[in-house]
Amino acid sequence: MYSIAVMGDRDSVAGFGALGLETRFTDEPQETRKTFRQLASSGRYAVIYITEKAAAMISDEIEKYNEAMLPAVILIPGVSGNTGMGIAGVKKSVEKAVGSDIIFND
Amino acid sequence: MAMTQVNPTRMELTRQKSKLVTAIRGHKLLKDKRDELMRRFLDLVRLNKQLREEVEEGIRAANRRFVLAAAVMNDPALKTALLAPKQSVSVSVAAKNVMSVDIPVMDYKTGSPGEGDIFSYGFAFTSGDLDDAVRSLNDIFPKLLKLAECEKSCRLMADEIEKTRRRVNALEHVMIPEYQRQIKYITMKLDENERSTQIRLMKVKDMMIKENIEQKRAKMA
Repeated sequence: MYSIAVMGDRDSVAGFGALGLETRFTDEPQETRKTFRQLASSGRYAVIYITEKAAAMISDEIEKYNEAMLPAVILIPGVSGNTGMGIAGVKKSVEKAVGSDIIFND
Repeated sequence: MAMTQVNPTRMELTRQKSKLVTAIRGHKLLKDKRDELMRRFLDLVRLNKQLREEVEEGIRAANRRFVLAAAVMNDPALKTALLAPKQSVSVSVAAKNVMSVDIPVMDYKTGSPGEGDIFSYGFAFTSGDLDDAVRSLNDIFPKLLKLAECEKSCRLMADEIEKTRRRVNALEHVMIPEYQRQIKYITMKLDENERSTQIRLMKVKDMMIKENIEQKRAKMA
């Protein structure tokens, strides 16, 4: 059995706590990196939702977990708005697989 | 690719031929794998896109309400309201093998005291906006998990497709032509050797006949 973690700034993430997901509040890049490492390497989490803003600070760290089956690191928009990073990730995998973007150019 | 030099022998020829057969079969299989992976990937990625759009919209709506709630309530009250969740979520993950890619299949269980009873606080000291925020997050949650499963699968499949495509291309444009070139080289060399042996034998035979004739002439004279 696995848990689900949500990390990001307090305002974006606190609501998920009510659903029973584990929340971690981080603002600083260093802190974010440390928290993410702890979460990802613990093996207890199937999914780690991370706000786009926090993910932007540690994109290299997140990339390491792209090839592993678990945990799935999923970007969600934060309180400050949608930066389009999440959808860009989907776009990137299409480009990787197909060679050019055939899904999003409509 | 570096041109590897092979010994022009019959044994080497048989080896190269069997390698070529294997390479051609491998190429065909990998090509089929790539096509099937691509078909599934495209279905999945369309679903992924749709889910992501829905989830992002849902979270945006929830966040808007949450900000409203935070504006009305004071900070400590908001914090304590969300401090102790009533509901707990656990996920079981199984691996599903799709064309040799292990993709996760997630199933979640919520341990809550009652159906729809998600509010971890009394209603007396909290804003109604907070209820709305929590409720809309709760509504979007199944999709959020589906998105996680879908997006991870997409990423894993994209990696595998890329690898398979490289293998197919390497076989098609490097390995197979290389084997064909070597087989051609060996057959040519062997044919050449055979011709040269034949010619040598003919030459020797000619010389022997000539010698014979000369001996006979010497005897007659």
